[in-house]
Amino acid sequence: MSAVMITRKATRKWEKLPGKNTFCCDGRVMMARQKGVFYLTLFLIVGTCSLFFAFECPYLAVHLSPAIPVFAVLLFVFVIAMLLRTSFSDPGVLPRALPEEANFIEMEIEAANGNVLAGQRPPPRIRNVQINNQIVKLKYCYTCKIFRPPRASHCSICDNCVDRFDHHCPWVGNCVGKRNYRYFYLFTLSLSLLTIYIFAFNIVHVVLRSVDSGFVNTLKETPGTVLEVLVCFFTIWSVVGLTGFHTYLISLNQTPMRTSPSTLGMDMSTSPFSFGPFRLKSTSGIEIFGPEIDGS
Amino acid sequence: MATEFHNLQELRHSASLANKVFIQRDYTDGTVCKFQTKFPSELDSRIERTLFEDTVKTLNNYYAEAEKIGGQSYLEGCLACLTVYLIFLCIETRYEKVLKKISWYIQEQNEKVYAPRGLLITDPIERGMRVIEISVYEDHGSSGSSSGSSTTSSSGR
Repeated sequence: MSAVMITRKATRKWEKLPGKNTFCCDGRVMMARQKGVFYLTLFLIVGTCSLFFAFECPYLAVHLSPAIPVFAVLLFVFVIAMLLRTSFSDPGVLPRALPEEANFIEMEIEAANGNVLAGQRPPPRIRNVQINNQIVKLKYCYTCKIFRPPRASHCSICDNCVDRFDHHCPWVGNCVGKRNYRYFYLFTLSLSLLTIYIFAFNIVHVVLRSVDSGFVNTLKETPGTVLEVLVCFFTIWSVVGLTGFHTYLISLNQTPMRTSPSTLGMDMSTSPFSFGPFRLKSTSGIEIFGPEIDGS
Repeated sequence: MATEFHNLQELRHSASLANKVFIQRDYTDGTVCKFQTKFPSELDSRIERTLFEDTVKTLNNYYAEAEKIGGQSYLEGCLACLTVYLIFLCIETRYEKVLKKISWYIQEQNEKVYAPRGLLITDPIERGMRVIEISVYEDHGSSGSSSGSSTTSSSGR
């Protein structure tokens, strides 16, 4: 029997994953099903940067400094790398309970709830655990048949429970969770920098060129500038704000799910997961620079 | 009543799965990876309490070591960020190294301690670090009462 098992090709875990994900490259790439907005993001970034390299960079390299396009290229490469890493990596999907574990949990729940009279609704499935001297309620996920660990949440789009679930980002085409949060943050941060950089140098370019040839002529010579300024203007409002918000969350060691006190019935300042201002220095930034913790 | 097996191979060939015991996470110290050392009653007749507690405590220590934030992990993080995370094509993170140590330790424990007693530990990483799954095997040659218990536990399927 063991000889037969060796010759049979092993099915990879990703082939059996019950969630709504798509996989490529033999399981190395994992994304959500709807990828349209992700392609738009890619198009906007690559398109705007191409216009910048085509129209502004030759002029700025000659009249100001060749370091300007070089730095723009580095920043662009970093943004694309972080975007692809966020989109393609596993956000921290929790594997669903196998039948034996699901049964075990069912028996535990029945034992805890006692006898329920026929016709009465059974009480909600909640497990109380103590974390750092506070009682936290863990909710039961009916799809994955597990009690979700603290700070995990179920994504209805991907149909998976994700550890440290932040949100499902359509721009990135994937969930943002524990395993790809740092790439997502670095993506928004570098994109903010890139957008501000391009916006600033567009203005500089238009001003410098207008001095020589006049404002209207400048726009006629470099029509890409108008498009870039428009895209950058709207991007700055959204992406910079998002980066600032996530920076604030990281410094407090929170996720956005925690900011609504009604979810777990406690005040953000006394949450068992926040480190408070006194430990800010030693533990802030752990999300980005700390060890890459794998859990799934 | 404890069934005797001499190695993992013998276990797989001659035994059938009777039950699975799940050791849950211990969240009292926060979200760090730590498992409860409470001895489950189902293993009462199968293994000594001290051996079980030793295994779980060693695993907890390994996970604490893996998740430790120190100079090396910050350096790894900064270096990775600067190289656009391409450095991970060449080097292995400290966390991955400790995970390998853990799986080697679990295999060693299975061979030396658990398989002779008809038990098998599954690496928690296979279950998303939610539980330590311990499979309880019964010898084919033992009485029908063990197969009876396995059919009642599978009736929920």
